[in-house]
Amino acid sequence: MEVNAEARRILAVSISKLYASRTQRGGLRLHRSLLLSLVMRSARDIYHSSRESECQSSEERMDTSSDPEEGQQQPGMPEPQTTLISSEPAQEEPDSADEECEITEDKENLSPTRQSRKRRGKASAAPDFLPIKRARLEPGEERYAAPPSCCRSGAGDSLIALSLNRVIPPPNIHTAYECLHKPHR
Amino acid sequence: MAGPGGDMQWCFSQVKGAIDDDVAEADIISTVEFNHTGELLATGDKGGRVVIFQQEIENKSQPQFRSEYNVYSTFQSHEPEFDYLKSLEIEEKINKIRWLPQKNAAQFLLSTNDKTIKLWKISERDKRPEGYNLKEEDGRYKDPNTIMSLRVPVLIPMDLMVEASPRRVFANAHTYHINSISVNSDNETYLSADDLRINLWHLEITDRSFNIVDIKPANMEELTEVITAAEFHPHQCNTFVYSSSKGTIRLCDMRASALCDKHSKLFEEPEDPSNRSFFSEIISSISDVKFSHNGRYMMTRDYLSVKIWDLNMENRPVETYQVHEYLRSKLCSLYENDCIFDKFECCWNGNDSVVMTGSYNNFFRMFDRGQRRDVTLEASRENSKPMQVLKPRKVCAGGKRKKDEISVDSLDFNKKILHTAWHPQDNIIAVATTNNLYIFQDKVN
Repeated sequence: MEVNAEARRILAVSISKLYASRTQRGGLRLHRSLLLSLVMRSARDIYHSSRESECQSSEERMDTSSDPEEGQQQPGMPEPQTTLISSEPAQEEPDSADEECEITEDKENLSPTRQSRKRRGKASAAPDFLPIKRARLEPGEERYAAPPSCCRSGAGDSLIALSLNRVIPPPNIHTAYECLHKPHR
Repeated sequence: MAGPGGDMQWCFSQVKGAIDDDVAEADIISTVEFNHTGELLATGDKGGRVVIFQQEIENKSQPQFRSEYNVYSTFQSHEPEFDYLKSLEIEEKINKIRWLPQKNAAQFLLSTNDKTIKLWKISERDKRPEGYNLKEEDGRYKDPNTIMSLRVPVLIPMDLMVEASPRRVFANAHTYHINSISVNSDNETYLSADDLRINLWHLEITDRSFNIVDIKPANMEELTEVITAAEFHPHQCNTFVYSSSKGTIRLCDMRASALCDKHSKLFEEPEDPSNRSFFSEIISSISDVKFSHNGRYMMTRDYLSVKIWDLNMENRPVETYQVHEYLRSKLCSLYENDCIFDKFECCWNGNDSVVMTGSYNNFFRMFDRGQRRDVTLEASRENSKPMQVLKPRKVCAGGKRKKDEISVDSLDFNKKILHTAWHPQDNIIAVATTNNLYIFQDKVN
């Protein structure tokens, strides 16, 4: 489906732009972030509606390969979450996907041992356009649970960013860009 | 003034800036503005510097060619800063310069970066005192016992020195990035606008400003639009407009209430549903709004077009000019290379008969409102022989490319003209490419 592929590509481009804008000099631009989120929402809606018409009955299991011990878990989302990046203090995080906002707040207070509530069903093959963001392990190193407090640095509360340390669970575009925390510096 | 746009023949006059292709980021021009007489032309750059050019007295030996602009003053207006609370760097890039009308011998301008506005005084010094009674020429104080007589210092001529000094610093009033400043016709106040708020300042008072527009929603997750530009009416000191990322313009009257969240007029054109795409919202975002000199119209620039609005008609513009419609089919690529986020400015000529705006490939466009004619010109080093007449350019949108036409795919999207300015009285224009400032003049018959 051409529209579907187009939507996916635009989504991928948008995510990388949002990600790159974190490191821009002068801080995150509200206007630009707003426009990016509007495009992402359009693309997301198109992608959704075209996927729903595609996969009617497949019951593929979600690959829940992301470690349950890792810091934040990703609760299953009914829709992908596009989050606006702003330079405002933490309590004013703009979120273009209004309906997910409360889930964002809860997510940040999750305990590390919370089970993954990934959504099953209607998953297709890994979205190949998304980068794997898992940190590369040195030999002998092990993954460990990151404490919740590390997900937000003091001054960086205002910056919500795509995580460097999170696995993007391959099968599910829905959770692709929902988990956000400031990377360790 | 010379004849209408169609009869104008634009000639190269001057180009300022480095020649080499390797552009230092600090040299990127970020704003261009003539003062109210057109004698001075100010530019701001990404490095936080302001360069002011002055028009020299007419060249008697070449009366057919108006005088040139030479560097008058250069100063560092803003420095990079760091907001420790938010861990954010504040760019020194000059977003806007606005001149104050001249009241005395000195010139004043406002320059702003993302967070701080500064009032600069530019004054000339062409005399210095000599013959102090108590001091030597080098400044050391004389031994009082050696002073036998009284004499008064005299002022003697010296080489002209132009000094720029910051007279006011208006800081800490904006949480978001300042995109506009506009001096009121009352010559006492000015406004500054960021993404969500507009503040009113008094030029003499730096520790306070009044918030007159606030569109920040209580819940930032409900944010749907931001302020993109704002300007005071040229004659009515109570009226200003601000444009939004949704393509609307609101006109506000400060007499109505202290907080102008409710607009007096809302200018909006219904979207053409056949043009809907992923990027409809981005391309309808207004990047610049400018009142006409007579105050009856305003012009807005969005990504693909320029629109002229009659202040008495809110439901649609009276004129729409396509700047580069051939880009409509390329929006996806322009999104990927970030060009779709470029903020083009626009300007009126002195008698509001012609409007001008920039495009890509160092092209700029002029639209003659009366004659319904438009022209595309190019600012390039190849066309920069003195008084060389600029040849109109044409972009071939598709199909067979004629000779001298450029196809859309060969346009250089890194060469963009975002900032242009038109002399308030004469047909002299200043066009900024990435790091060069071109000055063109109409060939006087």
